[in-house]
Amino acid sequence: MKIHEYQAKDILARYGVPVQPGKVAYTPEEAETIARELGVPVVIKAQVYVGGRGKAGGIQFGDTPAEAKAAAARVLGMDIKGLTVEKVLVTAKIDIKEEYYLGIVLDRKTQAPVVMVSTAGGIDIEEVAATTPEKIIQQPIDMHWGLRPFEALNIVSAAGFPPHVLRQSAAILTALARAFIESDANLAEINPLAYTDDGKVMAADGKIVIDDNGLFRQKEYATWAEPEEANPLEYEAKQAGLTYVKLDGDVGIIGNGAGLVMTTLDMVARSGGKPANFLDIGGGAKAETMYKSLTFVAKDPQVKGILVNIFGGITRGEEVAKGVILAQAELPAGMPIVVRLSGTGAEEGRAILKDAGLDWGKDMRDASEKIVAAIARTEKGQ
Amino acid sequence: MSILIDKTTRVIVQGITGREGQYHTHNMLAAGTNVVGGVTPGKGGQTVEGVPVFDTVAQAKIKTDANATCIFVPPAGAADAIIEAASAGIELIVCITEGIPVIEMTRAMLVVHEHGARLIGPNCPGLCTPGAGKIGIIPYQIFTPGPVGFISRSGTLTYEVVSLLTEAGLGQSTCIGIGGDPIIGSTFVDYLQLFENDPQTQVVVMCGEIGGSDEEDAAEYIKTMSKPVVAFISGRTAPAGKRMGHAGAIISGNTGTAQGKVAALQAAKVPVADTIFDIPELVKKVL
Repeated sequence: MKIHEYQAKDILARYGVPVQPGKVAYTPEEAETIARELGVPVVIKAQVYVGGRGKAGGIQFGDTPAEAKAAAARVLGMDIKGLTVEKVLVTAKIDIKEEYYLGIVLDRKTQAPVVMVSTAGGIDIEEVAATTPEKIIQQPIDMHWGLRPFEALNIVSAAGFPPHVLRQSAAILTALARAFIESDANLAEINPLAYTDDGKVMAADGKIVIDDNGLFRQKEYATWAEPEEANPLEYEAKQAGLTYVKLDGDVGIIGNGAGLVMTTLDMVARSGGKPANFLDIGGGAKAETMYKSLTFVAKDPQVKGILVNIFGGITRGEEVAKGVILAQAELPAGMPIVVRLSGTGAEEGRAILKDAGLDWGKDMRDASEKIVAAIARTEKGQ
Repeated sequence: MSILIDKTTRVIVQGITGREGQYHTHNMLAAGTNVVGGVTPGKGGQTVEGVPVFDTVAQAKIKTDANATCIFVPPAGAADAIIEAASAGIELIVCITEGIPVIEMTRAMLVVHEHGARLIGPNCPGLCTPGAGKIGIIPYQIFTPGPVGFISRSGTLTYEVVSLLTEAGLGQSTCIGIGGDPIIGSTFVDYLQLFENDPQTQVVVMCGEIGGSDEEDAAEYIKTMSKPVVAFISGRTAPAGKRMGHAGAIISGNTGTAQGKVAALQAAKVPVADTIFDIPELVKKVL
């Protein structure tokens, strides 16, 4: 789960990482009030779930409260990579003399969080990795004890951090590691770590991604989930407990098991169709889940037909068929549905579908071809 | 012959009194698996499906001399269950549970390694050796004994492809669903090594998917193998940056794409099936 910069900084501050004082504003007036409270000059930063805000004009300055208000008015409502800015972070402006990078990311290969540190701060770390990889020092965290202060010191020292920032950077890195581990993060980044004119070391920006699997115990952070403008359906699906990903095409796809659904998407594409979504009903789904999934997929105005592909194990074919029949009445009139059932309860399920006059495919390929053809026919008819 | 599980494997079930645990214990026994006990704290002394229940894995180990376990414990306690099993000296740990916080897995893996145990999963359907039994939730009836070793990151896709193999008269030695999480106990390379040394296995079918670089690592290892491998990669139409159901199935930046994996495998001279329906033919060609 992504969270905003102000939320990431909130977490970092709890672990003792110095950050600029700041507050979130939803209106230009609020931004003006905050600027007055904080003291000027201030920075107005768009809070959206994408990088590259600065280049898009999403970071602006205000030397007076009135200017802060005007800057916030420009940034609020701005479109950044398809996302509308609904809130801005108003923080005290700092004069940055030097910029560094501190990051921690979960690494599949070492099966541990890996610390990445560089003196090349302020720019995208993937760019640094591509152009000057020698400027990045990496080290896995030993999960027996987490990142010890001496280890953090060794890492920033090896990365070439100069003496005037060494001890503070190491302390911040130690805190970042604690924040990462205790927050169930997949990624935690301070970029840039700023050395200011008045000799302070602080997090000028912060980014944290929380592991979805950790949200059941990160109860406060779980309440921070919010709809992503670009994908309102995905947010709604999550709230409804569905594993759903929105795609660009017009063939709605529902199946059981992530690998099977992914393979079904590929098969539909191969049959000349374009998948509209990924929806995995998981194991042991009942008619109710099938009903909910079908009516949900049909909500997407781009969807012109739906393919249901089930390999029954714990999931039973007749439950799936019952769910399809239930949902059918509520789907747009004439929307084609093709169901493919195999495994447990497939015979019973097919009998139910036959009685209802629904089309089914004998295997994944047959079903994919059928739904693509059915959509083409409906389009022609219109 | 087979790998990891045969008729002598002595299996316990952690979380045996839960709905899933009970149901799948029944199915494992029906498949001929040597289930010798189960564990649910506070339910010691009861029996499920005729097998004794213990309060802890350590007790179960002493009383039954189990050497394998199947974990059905919910996400909040599953990493602890893995650590408990490894600490009690269980050699083969199969974790079915989906949704374990990944930071918990980084700790569990340390204990698994320290005790020299092997972990399959988490977030996996388990494994099966036709004729000897199964550990996990794979439907046993779709299998038939034979020369094909099978490994996959997915559950239902495994069932789909195994059914195709069986229909085509291609039996299986051992089939393993390795798990869909970013951190899993054993990777493709681990299983390829076991199949390479298994006399029954003559060819390996590997079904990978987007995310991570396990398939690329496998491609490197396959170059050194004497046995042929046939591969399939799912997620060719998956967009970057989206988690496709499995926590591990995500393209980050330029890594983990289906195209990259197919290219790496082809560079290792591995035939890669365009669709799952092409897999049996490719297997027949290399047998």
